[in-house]
Amino acid sequence: MGSLASAAVLVSLLYLALLFAIASWGDRRAEAGRSVIANPYVYTLSLAVYCTAWTYFGSVGVAAAQGVGFLPVYLGPTLLAFLFLGVVRKILVITKAYGITSIADFASARYGKSGTVAGLVTIVALVGSIPYISLQLKAVATGIELLIGHEGGRAVLPGIGADTALIVALVLAVFSILFGTRHIDATEHHQGMVLAIAFESIVKLVCFLAVGVFVTWTLFGGPFDLLARAEEAGLTERLAFEGTRLGAADWFVLTLLSGLAALLLPRQFQVVVIENLDIRHLERASWLFPLYLFVINLFVLPIAFGGLLLGGDVREADSFVLALPLVHGQGWLAILAFLGGLSAATAMVIVETVAVSTMISNDLVMPILLRVRALGLAEKPDLTRLILGVRRAGIVLAILGGYLFFHGVGEAMGLVSIGYIAFAGVAQFAPLLLLGITWKGANRNGAVAGLLAGFALWLYTLVLPSFVTAGVLPTSLVTEGPFGFDLLRPTALFGLEGLNPVAHCAIWSLAVNTGLLVLVSLSTRASDLERLQAILFVDVEESRRTPRLWRGEAKVGALEELLVRFLGRPAAEAIWRAEEARRGRPLAPDEPADAGLVERAERQLARAIGAASARAVVASTVRGETIGPDALMEILDETQKVLEYSRRLEQKSQELEAATAELRRANERLRELDRLKDDFLATVSHELRTPLTSIRSFSEILLDNPELDEAERAHFLRIITSESERLTRLINDVLDLSKIESGRMHWQVGLADLGELVAAAIRAGEGIFAEKGVALEVAIPAEATPVVCDRDRIVQVVLNLLSNACKFVPSPGGRVRVELRRRGGVFEVRVEDNGPGVPPAHREAVFEKFHQLTGDLNTQKPTGTGLGLTISRQIVERFGGRIWVEDSSLGGAALCFTLPVAEEVGALAA
Amino acid sequence: MAKRVLVVDDEPNIVLSLEFLMRRAGFDVQVARSGGEALKALEGDPPDLMLLDVMMPEFDGYEVCERIRAKPEWRDTKIIMLTARGREAERERGLALGADAYVTKPFSTRELVEQVKRMLEVA
Repeated sequence: MGSLASAAVLVSLLYLALLFAIASWGDRRAEAGRSVIANPYVYTLSLAVYCTAWTYFGSVGVAAAQGVGFLPVYLGPTLLAFLFLGVVRKILVITKAYGITSIADFASARYGKSGTVAGLVTIVALVGSIPYISLQLKAVATGIELLIGHEGGRAVLPGIGADTALIVALVLAVFSILFGTRHIDATEHHQGMVLAIAFESIVKLVCFLAVGVFVTWTLFGGPFDLLARAEEAGLTERLAFEGTRLGAADWFVLTLLSGLAALLLPRQFQVVVIENLDIRHLERASWLFPLYLFVINLFVLPIAFGGLLLGGDVREADSFVLALPLVHGQGWLAILAFLGGLSAATAMVIVETVAVSTMISNDLVMPILLRVRALGLAEKPDLTRLILGVRRAGIVLAILGGYLFFHGVGEAMGLVSIGYIAFAGVAQFAPLLLLGITWKGANRNGAVAGLLAGFALWLYTLVLPSFVTAGVLPTSLVTEGPFGFDLLRPTALFGLEGLNPVAHCAIWSLAVNTGLLVLVSLSTRASDLERLQAILFVDVEESRRTPRLWRGEAKVGALEELLVRFLGRPAAEAIWRAEEARRGRPLAPDEPADAGLVERAERQLARAIGAASARAVVASTVRGETIGPDALMEILDETQKVLEYSRRLEQKSQELEAATAELRRANERLRELDRLKDDFLATVSHELRTPLTSIRSFSEILLDNPELDEAERAHFLRIITSESERLTRLINDVLDLSKIESGRMHWQVGLADLGELVAAAIRAGEGIFAEKGVALEVAIPAEATPVVCDRDRIVQVVLNLLSNACKFVPSPGGRVRVELRRRGGVFEVRVEDNGPGVPPAHREAVFEKFHQLTGDLNTQKPTGTGLGLTISRQIVERFGGRIWVEDSSLGGAALCFTLPVAEEVGALAA
Repeated sequence: MAKRVLVVDDEPNIVLSLEFLMRRAGFDVQVARSGGEALKALEGDPPDLMLLDVMMPEFDGYEVCERIRAKPEWRDTKIIMLTARGREAERERGLALGADAYVTKPFSTRELVEQVKRMLEVA
């Protein structure tokens, strides 16, 4: 081995050591909470892991043959960044919301946390990665061989009986294992790794630009010189569209594939989505990343054309970057060029293997192992070592797979051709992913069917022909189709010809994939969980605000145990402490875990072992199922119905209660009325019997005692007469009241002058006043006092008030004053006396039937019927007035009533 | 010595008729126009018999009856309740309170006089 190669190996080892140092520094800073990668620039540089050895070496190879035909690979991501940033952002939001760890986990979580989907995506990703990893192996191995070969060495390292590619593969495998699975807890962001690959992105950019500058300005006299000479050599034809040997459909499809690959390649999904620390970084990265792609591609054509002009072979163009400095004696520049290629390759391998091995352990191996009861893994106290072991095995598998692919196929193919195979492979994730976040109808069956079909078509139309190209399979398979079926020719399926094989594969596989996804989704039923997850993904913004519901129960202790088993004790305890801090109280092991705790525990687990596995283990512990939208709807519906029913019942019962209360009130009222009627009858009976008693007694006395003297007889006869009159009055009053109350009273309604009526009543009552010697004062205004009423009845009212007053005034010295005046819209009549007055408590009671106004007990018993005021009130109210008792300025009672002033005096008078 | 009868009623005409009837039957007659007056009249020398109206202001007949029966020294006074209320429940109430007879208004003067005589054992 020459000194140059030795120097290159030494520099490479130093470089890898430096990467380690950078990574552990990044990790330490992250642990200390002072992340160095939490900015859009590091994020952008980490995205540049997209530029692998393919870019570094392969672009020049394509450009040499096809001119600008290398561009779709960079146009795709640029368009993605500009046009579909919203899609990427949504994927990021979902990932952060549900603790997703990989693209397989994402797909699985979307499709009902399906283990099948997760496993399938993992397999496709692994198989798709293998050609890509082999591409890196090939590039690095070729580089080393070039360095050695230039100095006359062989493609075999001295002392080791293996080929360069295998050595490279082993070194990269060890490196990746050391790098990607350093932590026991491999759950969080790989900040150190991200920092390292960002650094690598700078290295490869600087190295490539250095070579470009060297070619353009040292080997040639600047870009114009180079262009002029290329034109002379007829190379500039390749700058035209036609020179690319790609049709419009090819351009379109390759650009589309590249755009998809920039997001869907396992390592791209890792850096774009999983390792993203802040969604806001996406904004700046959306133009910085295309800028990076632009800059790194600046010198692709100069190097390609330069190489060709300097006598390079188009078929060797993949190695121009390294060969040009080497051939022109620039040893250190060649080492730099190799270093750049190495950095591009190692970055890709590291991230790809971390991503793929995480998927292999989380989404393929662990779910299977956990389900195999015989292993009893679910009961093992610590699974972290097993998980790491599986991951390491996954890394080795991916890299060795890459080596084997290289060995079998890759040696015969260009770097870019191999790369496109991988692109078309991971593009199969696009339908289930993109439809998954936009269409709730996409279900697990559709995703599986589409992915399987797309994967199969990819294998058949792209991978299989590559084996043919490599000579592993007979050429007739491609030229004549299997068993001579022309329609089934892998690169011209069903007669679709004239396309680049990659475009041909992409069109068929993606069309069938998408078609099946849609058709199967539409024709099969999704489980509750799938539909729930579909809602959580498609309506991620809305869903994040509402916590999920759990049926079933789990103890806090059981959940903690689970976290300890999968995350290790320190991590689990940290989570628990955070949980306690959040609640502000310690969590007791035997208290039931609420839905929030269960969900957060599941999410933490999902970070470590993926959604599918996390769900399986949590579900087994919780023994409950998430309530799907259907079930939820049913429950809600049921609850709604029950609520509605109970609401109605309540309403009914309230109505019933109200009706009952109403009836009770009515009944009470009736009873009261009945009681009142009984009382009334009893009272009437009493009031009738009292005068009747006197009449009968005196009649019998007169009959039985003929010897009575004339004066005594006359006295007794007068008593009989007056008691008969009393009886008559009583009967009249009862009849009146009964008529008024039953509404059968015949009112003689007309316009009258209230003053005249009061005067008429006074004239009628003059007799009794004179008899008792009562002084009567009258104050009636001269002007008209028109009211609408029944004249006789109002006279009756005034007379009643007068006779009442007369009854209670002292004799002698009795005074009664009658006053009529206008008060606003009413006339008020006041009959005041200097009697004992009515105490306030009785002022309403006096209007009750048979409420006897008791005067001085030593005076004669009142001769009223006890119905006078009752009837008066009925009459006054009948004509819109009011009657009441108040204190009199004369010292006794004032009985007052009002009647409304008749408004249309003229009209009625006329 | 003539037996004494106390007439208690708030109706002047009824008092007048009862007074006339009792005098004519040969009794000494005392008059009270309310329950309170009646109780006052009992103080010292209680009458042999009371004609007691039920419906009176202040103390009604029932209350007067109850108070009389509450005092042992008034136990010998016979009580005839007079009422314009003819219901059976009221008659029972009166008898339960210690009245000796219950007469509904309007009454037959002859029968009343005979009943008083019978009760005072002067027939």
